[in-house]
Amino acid sequence: MVGIVGYGAYLPRYRIKAETIARQWGADAEAIKRGLQLTEKTVPGQDEDTITISVEAARGAIQRAQIDPQEIGAVYIGSESHPYAVKPSGTVLIDALGIGPHVHVATNEFACKAGSEAMYVAYSHVKSGEMKYALGIGADTSQGAPGDALEYSASAGGAAFIMGTERVAAEILFTHSYTSDTPDFWRREGEFYPRHAGRFTGDPAYFKHIVGAGQALLEKSKLAPKDFTHAVFHMPNGKFPQEAGRRLGFTKQQLEFGWIVPLMGNTYSGSSPTGLAAILDVANPGDLIFMVSFGSGAGSDGFVYRVTEEIKAIKDRAPKVRSMLDNGKIYLDYGQYTKHRHKIKLNE
Amino acid sequence: MISPRYAREIPQRYQLVAARCTSCGTIGFPPRRVCKHCRGRQFEPTKLDSDGKILTFTIIRVGADRFSKQTPYAVAVIELNDGTRLTAQVTDCELESLEIGQKVRLVFRKIQEDGKAGILCYGYKAICV
Amino acid sequence: MRDVYVIGAGMTPFGELWNKSIREIFVDAAMLAIEDAGVDHIDSLYVGSMSPGLFVGQEHLGPVVADFLGVTPVPATRVESACASGGVSFRQAFLEVASGVSEIVLAGGVEKMTDGADVTEALATAADQEYEVYHGVTFPGLYAMIARAHMHQFGTTRQQLAEVAVKNHRNGMKNPNAQFRSEITNEQVVKSTMVADPLRLLDCSPVSDGGAGVILASADVAKKMKSRAVKVIASTQASDTIALHDRTDLTTLGAVVRAAEKAYAMAGKKPSDVNLAEVHDCFTIAEIVISEDLGFFEKGKGGEAVEKGLTARECGKIPINSSGGLKSKGHPVGATGIAQIIELYEQLTGRGGERQVKKANIGLAQNMGGSGASCVIHILEAI
Repeated sequence: MVGIVGYGAYLPRYRIKAETIARQWGADAEAIKRGLQLTEKTVPGQDEDTITISVEAARGAIQRAQIDPQEIGAVYIGSESHPYAVKPSGTVLIDALGIGPHVHVATNEFACKAGSEAMYVAYSHVKSGEMKYALGIGADTSQGAPGDALEYSASAGGAAFIMGTERVAAEILFTHSYTSDTPDFWRREGEFYPRHAGRFTGDPAYFKHIVGAGQALLEKSKLAPKDFTHAVFHMPNGKFPQEAGRRLGFTKQQLEFGWIVPLMGNTYSGSSPTGLAAILDVANPGDLIFMVSFGSGAGSDGFVYRVTEEIKAIKDRAPKVRSMLDNGKIYLDYGQYTKHRHKIKLNE
Repeated sequence: MISPRYAREIPQRYQLVAARCTSCGTIGFPPRRVCKHCRGRQFEPTKLDSDGKILTFTIIRVGADRFSKQTPYAVAVIELNDGTRLTAQVTDCELESLEIGQKVRLVFRKIQEDGKAGILCYGYKAICV
Repeated sequence: MRDVYVIGAGMTPFGELWNKSIREIFVDAAMLAIEDAGVDHIDSLYVGSMSPGLFVGQEHLGPVVADFLGVTPVPATRVESACASGGVSFRQAFLEVASGVSEIVLAGGVEKMTDGADVTEALATAADQEYEVYHGVTFPGLYAMIARAHMHQFGTTRQQLAEVAVKNHRNGMKNPNAQFRSEITNEQVVKSTMVADPLRLLDCSPVSDGGAGVILASADVAKKMKSRAVKVIASTQASDTIALHDRTDLTTLGAVVRAAEKAYAMAGKKPSDVNLAEVHDCFTIAEIVISEDLGFFEKGKGGEAVEKGLTARECGKIPINSSGGLKSKGHPVGATGIAQIIELYEQLTGRGGERQVKKANIGLAQNMGGSGASCVIHILEAI
């Protein structure tokens, strides 16, 4: 059996409300909240980035797995906001958590799919028998240009998953990936904010790939949507994952626990992984979980998980997504937000 | 900040690695060559407790240029549960609500940047618990 | 060990000396001291300076100032102990004369702080760079943490801190060399801009340029000029942990306590024998803590003492900082320790002018570096 032996998530405490952003641009807050189906988003502290978020999420994963960090043979961090253009994020993480130095570390980038990609690579290494444990992380401090629709959603957070073969809490039964060259969203080297192709990001990009991967995964697993207790899809806003679920035949109830976007926003590479962590926080043995990520460019990774008895033992060993989503929030005004997001030009 | 100087302190800053004197048990953080209590020369590595309390603190309103974009920020002298004392920023808190005796936990954060193009420097900060 | 005397002194005004370079500032002060002493040569010189490298890009300051003073080839040494550089420079000169190696030695100090360097960062190098400064600590921040601990433990009040600044400005008004010769009120201090809670702008000594020098000599030399000589009856120094967090007691400056104990023993005096003291009031809280650690007041009573006027120049139990202290006179860090000696020298020779302390026979100068990691104390006696 190969699957998740430990998981952890991290969300910063800072928030900004959709109203606060709308006020800045003279936009209609109610229309935006209705359209995007989200009311606020997480904002990283000035001292937080993909690396620190990954460290705190992975710390939770190690606490839950209760393993010796030295036994982790590979670490992958998927993000589109790695703090360095050249220098890996994972090296800081391994030295902070006592993993390595005998460890394989790599940085993943595939827009919002980099996190599930890291999970997939970690899973594959363990499945091949190459190593006992591998760590896959999706984390981002997402960028959205001021005034752009993305500004209401681009948020910060991440989740980490340790793959292994013993004391598995969520077995990975099937995977499937679906990829094509689709220029819906990108950021060129040296550019600060990403660009997107507006409504082209919908049907030809997000839905085509999520539904493509999802349908193939259902066929491969010979399972029907009704067999699943939970489902989670990449959450660029509140509406898209609901619509993707509907197109694949899932109900709103199945999406309920992973649909954390209304209060979290879009944590890019951390989006569906954090949704998965929120589901594991409430999952029961025997539950089947359906997950499909999406990364612009574009591609989707699909996973079918089966929760085991182990989940009961590990759930409470680290902070839960819901408690981080609901507690200790510090709301920012737009000025503070621009400072947190390094949007002010300063003398260096 | 130059890389060699930063790299040398990584075990202390990332993982709170300290040295315990094998003759008297006193913990040195950062590790010392000579025990400050008994002048012993033999040590074993140990990791500090990440929980503790604030002994005293201030809120820096005027920082050095390197920290000027972080102001205002809180700095505290913290006593960890193992008795070790250190200085760290207190982050993610309402500055006005801090007080002596506040229970804190050390977490991993970015501490400073070596300008726009230099290395990023990480380490411990405290959060209120 | 031979007896050592101060036989002359001179200093530049402290302040923003835009038109003077560090070497000019030092030479001006040193020439005043040499002329005041009336000596025709010096055997060697020391220059206390905390960070000319960071402030003006000049290290190797000893020969720089010896060259421009025109005294080469005498030995010329820069002494550094952060803000105690001046006091330690004086101590090196004292030891050189006391040992019999030299007869006449110039002890100077200088700092040029206004040439555009990041002063906060430069001063912070006096703390633990890797375990304090790395985390964003500043000097106002370190003393603010001492202040908060002192207020918490002893009930020292915000107003009591401010009283130190008010008193020192009142004294500095009568000092022609002081940077700030203006009266301030308690209310102005407690309403000034917050720098590091609970310390505000008017709790802090300023950024200053300035130089100071004194001439130390053996008894043989001093004998010829009796009216102008003051005897150095104690010179002591102590160190403490570099980081504030490593001190067992955050409200006591251990190096001050240790240096003071040794100084009183060396001089054969008690705190109550001291008629006036120049202490290192880099921040208002520092003067309060030091006044306790020097034994003038019981621990925790320093705030109350300044509030009751016990440290006032006019009628105090122990006049502290009759010169205006670092707060009003200015704090060009390397020059400060020497300027303290100059104030004692002038007071003990009856040249205190408008700010003359009555019955000034024994004076104590306390100069320290960092958050109290180094401390140097001198006791001078009129002859």
